[in-house]
Amino acid sequence: MSSPATEVAERPPLFVFDKKTRKIVTDPFSDNNPITVQVLGICSALAVTTQVSTSLVMAAAVTTVVAGSNVAISLLRNFIPPQIRIVVQLSVVASLVIIVDQILQAYMYDVSKTLSVFVGLIITNCIVMGRAEAFAMANPPWQSFLDGLGNGLGYGIILFTVSVFREILGSGKLLGFTVIPQAAYDMGYANMGLMVLAPGAFILLGLLIWAQRTYTGYVEEV
Amino acid sequence: MKKFIEKQFDAQRHLFEEGGKLHWAWPLFEGQETFFLTPRHKTKHGTHVRDRMDMKRLMIFVLYALAPAILLGMYNVGYQGYLAEGATGFTAVQCITRGLVAMLPVIITSYAAGGLAELVFCIVRKHEINEGFLVTAMLFPLTLPPTIPLWMVAVGIIFGVVIGKEVFGGVGMNILNPALTARAFVFFTYPAAISGAGVWDVGGKDLFATADVTKIDAYTGATPLLTASSATGSPVDALTAAGWDWGTMAMGFIPGSMGEVSAVAAALGAVFLIATGIASWRIMLGCVAGLLTTAAILNGIGSDTNVMMSLPPHYHLVMGGFMFGTVFMATDPCSSAVTPMGRLIYGFFIGALCVLVRVVNPAYPEGMMLAILFMNVFAPLIDYFIVRRTTRARAARMATA
Repeated sequence: MSSPATEVAERPPLFVFDKKTRKIVTDPFSDNNPITVQVLGICSALAVTTQVSTSLVMAAAVTTVVAGSNVAISLLRNFIPPQIRIVVQLSVVASLVIIVDQILQAYMYDVSKTLSVFVGLIITNCIVMGRAEAFAMANPPWQSFLDGLGNGLGYGIILFTVSVFREILGSGKLLGFTVIPQAAYDMGYANMGLMVLAPGAFILLGLLIWAQRTYTGYVEEV
Repeated sequence: MKKFIEKQFDAQRHLFEEGGKLHWAWPLFEGQETFFLTPRHKTKHGTHVRDRMDMKRLMIFVLYALAPAILLGMYNVGYQGYLAEGATGFTAVQCITRGLVAMLPVIITSYAAGGLAELVFCIVRKHEINEGFLVTAMLFPLTLPPTIPLWMVAVGIIFGVVIGKEVFGGVGMNILNPALTARAFVFFTYPAAISGAGVWDVGGKDLFATADVTKIDAYTGATPLLTASSATGSPVDALTAAGWDWGTMAMGFIPGSMGEVSAVAAALGAVFLIATGIASWRIMLGCVAGLLTTAAILNGIGSDTNVMMSLPPHYHLVMGGFMFGTVFMATDPCSSAVTPMGRLIYGFFIGALCVLVRVVNPAYPEGMMLAILFMNVFAPLIDYFIVRRTTRARAARMATA
């Protein structure tokens, strides 16, 4: 009979902070950004970014769901039969989204009304499913948590950047406060109506991708 | 004179050539030199194409073709300005001067701002300034109202040059017509400045005015398309009541964008472009056929609630920017279909969509811009199917032979 003590000694530590693990969090910020590089989750990025406040709440909601679902699925990964793994992943994600939605409705009713269906649609957000399928199914919980956190934040950074431009250019405000002085309007300045429409977000997103790829030199593999 | 200019360029050349101090600004130098003089670079090996028609001449010819539209538009801007003030006894010279004062700043702004964007890209991307820009920067202001704020013109043309053209890799790679992209941008970004009744009210300032004149009340400033779509009875009656019969609208003495009001001027341009072999007659024919057919079908269907359904096809032909768009925008060689059959189909759908937007969509009185941009996107697909059909037909022939 082998002694159980040796097995415990061989098990890797639960929480690690080495360079490789840190990279799991920081990678999705730029080099492997879910929106600008993987081009996932575009629908909600277009829909919720007319105001900074809604985009921040959306980013927090998505981050919570991705991180939570990654941990849950990573814990379950050895018990999920491969044939029905998508169904299991979906039910985990859906439960988390319902919790987030209920919390928003209870504590941030106005924002939740503006976000309307888009909180519910986090279930179908490709980032959440993508990370569960690509990362959490093959990695331990801690790493999966960090991966979810990184991807959620990477998504949030882009949402925030786009929404800052859209709110300032489209309605002359930032977080609801007027930032373009009345004097500018008197001189003939006008808000850009296009920025409030979805194509405005598309164009901004494109410009953002352009700027990022010029900086990083990333080129799509054909 | 030519000798003198040549000497000036030769004296500066070494600065801009490879290894020179100002080599980064080579596109600027090259652009100016070839603007004044015939390009120096000659074909070194056997030539393939024995036509003197190069890009430079092609684009200059388009500008010649635009001349009637520009001149007539200029006259009309002044004319509408005087009408709006209720003035009488004004002369044609006064009209043209007034139009010139209104149009020139817009055109200069368009060239300056768009040219700057173009130049920056030429320097960064290291390609030469393309003459296509001369046409783009002229077409764009002609599709705007005379009251447009100049900074919007600048923002619009920069957007058109950068997003409409340069991000795709410059002239020849663009999917959409850059001038129309610029207009679409201004149209959706600053809708109050480009559409609605107010913007057509007063065109230009009257240099000859002795006292401040106020607008007369009866003048609404609505375009014929707006008048027709908001008519309660027959749209033709409403147009006639406003003083616009078919002939007036064909000539272009109506409120509208600076250069696209006159169907006759655009048709003159079309004759020149077709005679010189620059623009495709198939596209133009397709556009007109599509417009007339669709309008006739809608006439036949009829409607009790939508008065635009009963607007006759030949009225559609002379209203709005249809003729101008057909001749100068739809025929853009980069963004249109290239197969002969494809061009007919492409044109037909532009005409058809234009009428559909005008008649069926209550949000936009004019549909030409949207129709052309939409079909620009579909042009490669049309070509794809035409080429595939030809290949199949040929394969079948080969199999039987």
